[in-house]
Amino acid sequence: MSTEAPRGSAGWPLYEVFVRGKRGLNHVHVGSLHAADERMALTSARDLYTRRNEGVSIWVVRSDAITASTPDEKDPFFSPSGDKVYRHPTFYAIPDDVPHI
Amino acid sequence: MTVTDGAGGPDGATALAAHFDATIAHDQRIEPRDWMPDGYRATLVRQIAQHAHSEIIGMQPEGEWITKAPSLRRKAILFAKVQDEAGHGLYLYSAAETLGIDRSELTERLLAGRQKYSSIFNYPTLSFADVGVIGWFVDGAAICNQVPLCRSSYGPYARSMVRICKEESFHQRQGYELLLTMMRGTEQQRAQVQDAVDRWWWPSLMMFGPPDDDSPNSAQSMAWKIKRHSNDELRQRFVDMTVPQAERLGVTLPDPELRWNEERGHHDFGTPDFSELMRVIKGDGPCNAQRMERRTKAHQDGAWVREAAAAHAAKNRGEEGSAA
Repeated sequence: MSTEAPRGSAGWPLYEVFVRGKRGLNHVHVGSLHAADERMALTSARDLYTRRNEGVSIWVVRSDAITASTPDEKDPFFSPSGDKVYRHPTFYAIPDDVPHI
Repeated sequence: MTVTDGAGGPDGATALAAHFDATIAHDQRIEPRDWMPDGYRATLVRQIAQHAHSEIIGMQPEGEWITKAPSLRRKAILFAKVQDEAGHGLYLYSAAETLGIDRSELTERLLAGRQKYSSIFNYPTLSFADVGVIGWFVDGAAICNQVPLCRSSYGPYARSMVRICKEESFHQRQGYELLLTMMRGTEQQRAQVQDAVDRWWWPSLMMFGPPDDDSPNSAQSMAWKIKRHSNDELRQRFVDMTVPQAERLGVTLPDPELRWNEERGHHDFGTPDFSELMRVIKGDGPCNAQRMERRTKAHQDGAWVREAAAAHAAKNRGEEGSAA
C-alpha cells in the first residue's frame, strides 16, 4: 500500500482491497484500485480481483485510513518480542519418552 | 500516514543502501515503503508502466474480433481474454502506484508519447486466425518473459506477475486450441493459419527486446534482480518451446535457419530484423497511430463518466458544493 491516498485526475481516491479466498481463511490484501466511493470500489474489486471465483468476501478500505508501522526491520517497535525465546514451545526441553506433548 | 525515513545524514544514507543491497543479496523482496535507490525506483516505474500500458493497448488488436468471432463460444472466450488484459493492466498500475506515482499520471505519459508499450501491438490482426496465433505466440512469449518476473525483487510487481501468469495460461491454450480447430477445417482455413504464423513469428521474437550486447539497461536490472534472465536466453527458451508445438499443429515457422543443434541442446534460429523493432518502437509500425488515437479517444470519451461518478459520490457524502 502507498503512504498516502493519491487522487487521480478525476479525484477518485485509492482503496486497498482484501479478499477472503474461501470460508475459514482470513481476508488477504490483494492490491488497490481507484473508485469514486465505497460501493464502486467493491464492485470494481469484484470485477478486477475475483473473475475466477477467487473470493467469497471482499473488504475495501481507503488507503489513507490505514495506519502502518515503519518498514525498517530494526525498528525498536518490534524489539519487545525479539528477546523472549521462552514464548516459543521449542524453548522447553521435554524427554523423548513423554507422550502427547 | 507519516513515514520517518531514519536517514540521519550521510551515515544514515549509507546504512540504508547497505540494508537494501543485503536484502537483494539474500533474495528477499523489497517492499513499497523500504528505502530504495532512485535508479531502482525509476527503473521499476518505467518497466511496470510500460508493461501496464502494453496490457491496455493489447486489448485493441483482439478486441476488433469480438463482434466478428465465428461462434458464441469463441466470442465469450475472446471477451474473457480481453477483459483479462484490462485486469492485468490494472494489477500493474496498482503495483506502480506503490512506488509513489498516480496511475492517471502514467496514462498521461502514455498519451503524450513519453512512455512506451510493447511493439507487438502495433501489428494488425487481419484474420480470425490471428486471434489464435496471438494467444499461442504473443501470450506464449509473454509467459516466457513473465514467469521469471514472479521472483522479481520488488514485492508488489512479483505478486502482480503471479496473478497474471495464472491467467496467461488460459490465453495461450485458447489460442492453440483455436488453431487446432482451424487446422482440422478447410484448405482455406489452414492457409489462414499459416499466413498468420508467417506474419507474427518474427515480431513475436522481437518481443524479447534487442540482443544482449545491445541492451543497455539489462545488466543493472539483473543486478537488482528486477530481471532474472537476459533477452537472448528468454528468446531461446521461447523458440525451443514453440518448435514442437508448431510441428504438432502442422505449420511451418518461417525461418530457413531454424534447426535442432544437438551439441547445444537448443534450436539454432535466424536473427530477427532488429532495425524493424527499432522503427516500430519509435512510432513507425503499421498501427502505432491507430492504437494511440483509439486509446486517446477512449480516455476522452470516458471523461464525463469519471466526472459524473465523482460528482455522485460527493453528493452522497453531502458535499454538493464541491462536486462542481
